[in-house]
Amino acid sequence: MIVIFLLIPLGIVTAAVFLMGFIWAVRSGQYEDTGTPSLRPLMDDHEPNQSQKANE
Amino acid sequence: MQNLTTTVVDFPDAGPDTALKVPEAEAGACFHCGTPLRGAVFASRNRSFCCQGCLTVFELLTENGLGDFYRFGKAAGARAGAVPKQEEFAYLDDPALRRRLVDFEDERWTRATFRVPAVHCIACVWLLENLFRLKPGIGYSRVNFPRKEVFISFEHARVKLSEVVGLLTALGYGPEFNLSDSEGRPRHPVSRRLWLQLGVAGFAFGNIMLLSISSYFGLDAFSGPGLKKLFGWTSLALAMPVLVYSASDYWRAAWLAWRRRILTIEVPIALGIAALAAWSAGEVLTGRGPGYFDSLAGLLFFLLCGKWFQQKTYERLAFDRDYKSFFPLSILRKSGRKEERVALSQLRAGDRLVLRNGELIPADARLISGPAMIDYSFVTGESEPVEKAAGDLIYAGGRQIGGAIEVETAREVSQSYLTSLWNQEAFAGEKKPSLETLTNRYSRRFTKLVLAVAAGAALFWWWADSSRALGAFVSVLIVACPCALALAAPFTFGAAQRILARRKVFLKNPAVIEALAQVDTVVFDKTGTLTGSGAGSLDFWGEPLGAEEKCRIRSLAEHSTHPHAVRIAESLQGEPFSQPVRSFSETAGCGIEGIVARQEIWIGSAAWLESRKVAVPSPAAPNGSRVHIAINGNYRGCYTLTNSLRPRAEEGIRRLAAHYALALLSGDNEKERERFDGLFGSSGPVHFNQSPLNKLRFIGQMQAPGRTVMMVGDGLNDAGALRQSDVGVAVVESIGAFSPASDVIMSAAMVPRLHEVLRFAKSSVRVVRLSFVISAIYNVAGISIAARGLLSPVFCAILMPLSSVTVVACACGLTARLGRRLDLDPAREGGRQP
Repeated sequence: MIVIFLLIPLGIVTAAVFLMGFIWAVRSGQYEDTGTPSLRPLMDDHEPNQSQKANE
Repeated sequence: MQNLTTTVVDFPDAGPDTALKVPEAEAGACFHCGTPLRGAVFASRNRSFCCQGCLTVFELLTENGLGDFYRFGKAAGARAGAVPKQEEFAYLDDPALRRRLVDFEDERWTRATFRVPAVHCIACVWLLENLFRLKPGIGYSRVNFPRKEVFISFEHARVKLSEVVGLLTALGYGPEFNLSDSEGRPRHPVSRRLWLQLGVAGFAFGNIMLLSISSYFGLDAFSGPGLKKLFGWTSLALAMPVLVYSASDYWRAAWLAWRRRILTIEVPIALGIAALAAWSAGEVLTGRGPGYFDSLAGLLFFLLCGKWFQQKTYERLAFDRDYKSFFPLSILRKSGRKEERVALSQLRAGDRLVLRNGELIPADARLISGPAMIDYSFVTGESEPVEKAAGDLIYAGGRQIGGAIEVETAREVSQSYLTSLWNQEAFAGEKKPSLETLTNRYSRRFTKLVLAVAAGAALFWWWADSSRALGAFVSVLIVACPCALALAAPFTFGAAQRILARRKVFLKNPAVIEALAQVDTVVFDKTGTLTGSGAGSLDFWGEPLGAEEKCRIRSLAEHSTHPHAVRIAESLQGEPFSQPVRSFSETAGCGIEGIVARQEIWIGSAAWLESRKVAVPSPAAPNGSRVHIAINGNYRGCYTLTNSLRPRAEEGIRRLAAHYALALLSGDNEKERERFDGLFGSSGPVHFNQSPLNKLRFIGQMQAPGRTVMMVGDGLNDAGALRQSDVGVAVVESIGAFSPASDVIMSAAMVPRLHEVLRFAKSSVRVVRLSFVISAIYNVAGISIAARGLLSPVFCAILMPLSSVTVVACACGLTARLGRRLDLDPAREGGRQP
């Protein structure tokens, strides 16, 4: 049963890591605009230099 | 904007690896914005454009390697119009104004958020997020699409605020500024804090539950004392952030309520949490048991969930606007021969202003030159535009229709006739909720009762078995913690708010439902509320017009911005293409004339046609505004425009009249009195020619005998009445359009269904009462066990979530059922909620 003394803190530390992730996500404003990010994958971006080269 | 004048580089051939494989533009439409091409066409590199602005944007984008923009879809751009002059925005660089407009500034970077209503598609997002390629000095830009905002950071040493705004405007994404911006902007609502509190509580709840679950099943036989200690102390440690951070709002609210000697729902909640925490900490510290930390964390998690559910905000709506959001930030001032754009806050009495078609009059002013047609419908409720001659006083808030006029301001903005309404007492301070919430009323009795029962139990045990007295006292407080009670209203009203929002009735906050349920008097405004703008009927009287005649009349009418001409042109849509008009001229207040296909057409008032020797017969047409038409000097007939009620509004009012006292307050003149007397009949007074101040006072008089008054209005002239009333409902034609400060913003299509909305609110309140009963049953069961001193952590851990879940399920389920009964399919068509 001694392994419990290792597993419990380990479990809590793991959960705490996820909590940190969540806090980071909220702090960086990810929960404030849930609409625009869904549009961004649709823009397949090109390097600006490429099109500029094409211009020259 | 030096880029605009550089020489044009050839459009690249579509090679295999170029990014500019551009789809062919539709014939006859602007390559950039898709506007059908009419009249002058601007061309560049085999593409045609509707205006110089679109052409400039196209060249700017292709030169800077942003031609990809056109791959997102055909004609993805926003119409740019004329190319703006940089001087137009110079007023933005005024240090005092600039400080208010930007979010943040350090030595190198400035960050600002702009409202850009023109953002409508993914190409817009892409372009605005690539601004840094167009102008050196701009760093990072990010679009918030639902809010239609763009956040831009730029180096102020290299690019000025006015240049950033100039660039956005040149691209067709002109930011929207209004007078309220010059007073600093409110920062975004603090939802981050709630998210974090919820996250912390959820984290603690999950982990403590994991540690406690074994003891629920009596599995602690094999756990030694060490394990017990570990579990207890870990739970205590995990519960600490919940107590300190997640519960902080409850501590604060309870403390405030205590100091003001009132019992709100937060008081018993805070008491329950404190009892739980103290008792559990005692158990852990003395090693007697694991405590009730699982229940504690769960309780707060549920409470915060309720809060989160309730605090739905509608991002594009603002419920607190005053005239400052309606007035522009800047105005064209004329000093001597020079015209310059200045901030409205710098305007002084005696300044000369130039107002163009559609521009707002910012302060009471005297007309200097140019015949003016002023549309006051939004500010005073007059349905017809008013003609003014030089020398007349014109009031702030009207819009000029037609050509440019010059005026001299007579008063400052805040002292004008309309805007002085905001100096009234009703606008001092925050609007206080006039009604006590159901939850608080209930919890006041509840708290007293619980304290009495707890004290009773303690006394009893003191006498019977003094060692159990404290335990019984604390147990009662723990079990009676009104979690279910606190959840009933947020979930019911939160769900009701969402259901109403789907019907395009947006509430400022869920508590408005309670006020709606208590309304007994409904006061309406007329123009824009009961009658629609542009919803009236347009009829032609005379020999029916032939297709060619219709086409010619439309071609001519399209050249005028007079509202009557616009209506006539709209009604004739669908005929063949417009024909060119020669010798067009508009005589303000009289009519328009022009030659179309060699026919001379006059459209205007009877007096004007008669002055040109056209015999205008006495009309067979009904009362209302008339527009007469003559072709080649011969009378042809007339159009009548009547403002009609919104469809089915009459039926809606009849239904309301059955249960509510009604009244009508209109700023318009009495010409339609008969009709509304008939409609409101015996049920309520009908008043015309009401000034904004009259309206405010009238509501106050209605409230004096203890009535709960709901005001339904749309314009700035209703702002005082909306503020004074217990529930102010602002009616808007399109969601997101300007509406004065109110508690409810409602789509115009819902006005006839007002009685259904009110009925729904009443039923929602009944659902809350029912939930209170359910929660009371659980409380009685819990307290009867706790008072006997038999409370165990397992019992507590089951009872609390169970009661909460039952109440939440009941509240949401019943409200959803009510919502289905309120199924208002017609109102659901078209449009999305913001």
